[in-house]
Amino acid sequence: MFSLDLLANAVTAGILLGGFYAAVAIGLAIAFGQLDIVNIAHPAFVIAGSYIAYILNAHFGLDPVLTGVMVAPAFFAVGAVIYRIYYAAFERTGQESLSGLAFFFGLMFIIEVVLILVYGVDYRLVSAGYIGRTINIGYVGIPLRMLVPFSVAALLTIGVYLYLSRTFMGRAILAVAQDRVALQLMGADPVRVKQFAFGLAIATAAIAGSLLIIIGPVEPSVGRQYIGRVFAIVVLGGMGSIPGMFIAALLLGIVESLVATFMGPSWAPAVAFGVLLLTLALRPSGFFGRA
Amino acid sequence: MKISRFWVCVAVMVAAGLLFTGVSKNEYYFNAAYVILQATMMAVAWNILGGFTGYVNFGTAGFFAVGAYTSIALDKAWGLPLPLLILAGGAVCALIGLGLGYLTLRLKGVYFAIATLAMAIVFETLINNWSFVGGAKGAYILTPEKHLWFASYIEMLFMVMLLLTIACVAISRKLNASRLGRGLAAIRDDEVAAECAGVPTLRLKLVSTTLMGAMMGVAGAPYPFFVTYVDPQSAFNLFVAVNAIAMPMIGGTAHWLGPVIGALLVGTMQEIITVTVSSELNVLIVGVMLVVFITLAPQGIVGLFQKYRSRRTP
Amino acid sequence: MSGAVLQVAGLTKRFGGFVALQDVALHVNAGERLGLIGPNGSGKTTLINCISGALLNDAGTIAFEGRDITRLPPHQRTRLGVARTFQIPKPFRSMSVLDNLRVPLEYAAWSRADHRRITDEAMEMLNLIGLQHRAQASSASLTLVDMRKLELVRALAAKPRLLVSDEAMAGLSASEVDDILALLFGLKAQGVAVVMIEHIMRAVMKFSDRLVVLVAGRKIADGEPQAVAGNADVIKAYLGE
Repeated sequence: MFSLDLLANAVTAGILLGGFYAAVAIGLAIAFGQLDIVNIAHPAFVIAGSYIAYILNAHFGLDPVLTGVMVAPAFFAVGAVIYRIYYAAFERTGQESLSGLAFFFGLMFIIEVVLILVYGVDYRLVSAGYIGRTINIGYVGIPLRMLVPFSVAALLTIGVYLYLSRTFMGRAILAVAQDRVALQLMGADPVRVKQFAFGLAIATAAIAGSLLIIIGPVEPSVGRQYIGRVFAIVVLGGMGSIPGMFIAALLLGIVESLVATFMGPSWAPAVAFGVLLLTLALRPSGFFGRA
Repeated sequence: MKISRFWVCVAVMVAAGLLFTGVSKNEYYFNAAYVILQATMMAVAWNILGGFTGYVNFGTAGFFAVGAYTSIALDKAWGLPLPLLILAGGAVCALIGLGLGYLTLRLKGVYFAIATLAMAIVFETLINNWSFVGGAKGAYILTPEKHLWFASYIEMLFMVMLLLTIACVAISRKLNASRLGRGLAAIRDDEVAAECAGVPTLRLKLVSTTLMGAMMGVAGAPYPFFVTYVDPQSAFNLFVAVNAIAMPMIGGTAHWLGPVIGALLVGTMQEIITVTVSSELNVLIVGVMLVVFITLAPQGIVGLFQKYRSRRTP
Repeated sequence: MSGAVLQVAGLTKRFGGFVALQDVALHVNAGERLGLIGPNGSGKTTLINCISGALLNDAGTIAFEGRDITRLPPHQRTRLGVARTFQIPKPFRSMSVLDNLRVPLEYAAWSRADHRRITDEAMEMLNLIGLQHRAQASSASLTLVDMRKLELVRALAAKPRLLVSDEAMAGLSASEVDDILALLFGLKAQGVAVVMIEHIMRAVMKFSDRLVVLVAGRKIADGEPQAVAGNADVIKAYLGE
């Protein structure tokens, strides 16, 4: 049964959701899109961020967005350390294809299982003033628990984009993907640049995690659903392109929302992966990206 | 005709297996052995594409589950006997391997790996929505009454798995040292150089994915009869996937013996831990072992052994 | 053109907006030794990549022994008889030196090789480059010189009728250069045409029956080595105005 207001709500929800997806994908757009590091564990880091937001919210009543930003530097440090290990073990020896992938796969499991062992498989959620309230525009409802993450995600995306295109370090990051040698000639150490970039990517996971738990309850295996989404978004968006990623995220959010509304929510997980498979089969460089 | 050590070992194991079924009354051992044998098959299968050819498959749970669900579907529809179900599971998954390979193997290995993950989720969603095989609620499989001369059905299943596992290992071993195996290794070492050396890389990669798919489908086909209740959550479970990758990487990917050693060691350890502590801990341990081995001993146990041996001979 | 083992016409290759090769035409006769020179970045390796099939050209045709190979994948071209070496050697690192040779013998040269004697043939080829004692050694453990030799002999193991050698002598000492040259000279007797890309001028001048000069993706000279070396455009390309 199709009605205009159902459609309008589905599309709106899709846009809001898609914006949030961008926050989750931006870390991978940096790590995978620009540095060619297949961090399949990125969603697991996001979930870890969600749990930290939960803990700080449950014990100290802190707002999740605030905690996300507070915790981001710690995640940055963790990311930097992980990159060092990854570099020493794999990139330097040229093994990044098989072993590097499996490395992150193992990390993903470790994070998920540690969370299960410590917190169990119950859903956790946060409470904040804006969760539960909805703004109504005509027959379209905009829940604040979706609007706030959308706004933060948009700000994050713009912030990262500006950083990458305007600052020296940001442009070094863009350069390291394309031409290591030129970067070295410019006096920047490619390894340190990549380390910084990867730290940045993981830092965004902290923020994305706090947004995730605002949108809905979280349990350890939720991260896995996002693997397909983030890779689909990054590939569709043209690998390193940040604006492309954001648009791809919005598109994915809308398609998923429409499928969930009109075909049933049990089909939603397949959407992202189906989109990804199609993109890989038809146009692996995405729609916005470098050839 | 000279009979190699391998086939002697095989004969000994088959004899031991038969003896065991005749002697033992405790079903637990057969259950544990089944799990370890299944893990061995999955590890050997994964290694054909992963270790021999250099392409990582993250969607092993998908192949395994499709093998299991093919059994369920055919059993519910026509009540086919186990051997036919195994063949069917293998055939369906071989086709899936072929199709997936054809779609994505022309891309870089990384995209293939992600595509395999995507494939697994797509199949899980499809099966979740297929009510004929129970959908999300799962399906019950009645244990058949016929179990040949064995004392119970699980004993027969154990022997079936033992034979299937031996077959897979034998194929993998043959492959390792054959012309085809060298072609695959060339692809793994340097795909561009392999092409220029005359290796038809796409065709060989497709052979590899098809063979891997077939073996995984065969591993999954008897599963419904082992557990008697299957739901998508358990069939597609990521633990199967992580084991299929961790066991060969821990055991050593370049050699056919690697996944076998990895599966036996890790599988036995997991059985012990499940019984004594908890099964969640298993996933943690296997994850940690995977990361540790990849970072510090990328050649796996077999690799360590080979290095040790070459250091001793001057 | 009869006798032309390789015929390239109108070859153009672009990378995005950058034109790497523009309308390149050349031919190689059976058993001929062709030197291909040009400043860095002039498109020599791109040209080899197009000939061997590692890259697909945007326009133009490539014919080998009269047969159009423009759209064939690399492995089929190698099977037909076009072999190449890589500027930076790409051995199959997990395999022994011997097995590195078995791969092309078992694949590219499969129809031309005696299947039961493949290991023997591989050993004979190792003899040629003096590596027979390291047959079982891991190819990753070779020195640079030995790796270059292996690279060359691996291409020969494909039993080609055209061999393209991409800077096989870079970084080698004078005597090592002579070793490789001797190998390449020996190929004429077997009727194998050789295209040599090289910066070491004395090697190229000594080796080539004919010289082709590529500058900024275009062929600017094609002829006798002495004549080409004296060509004003060629001198200008290398030395500036």
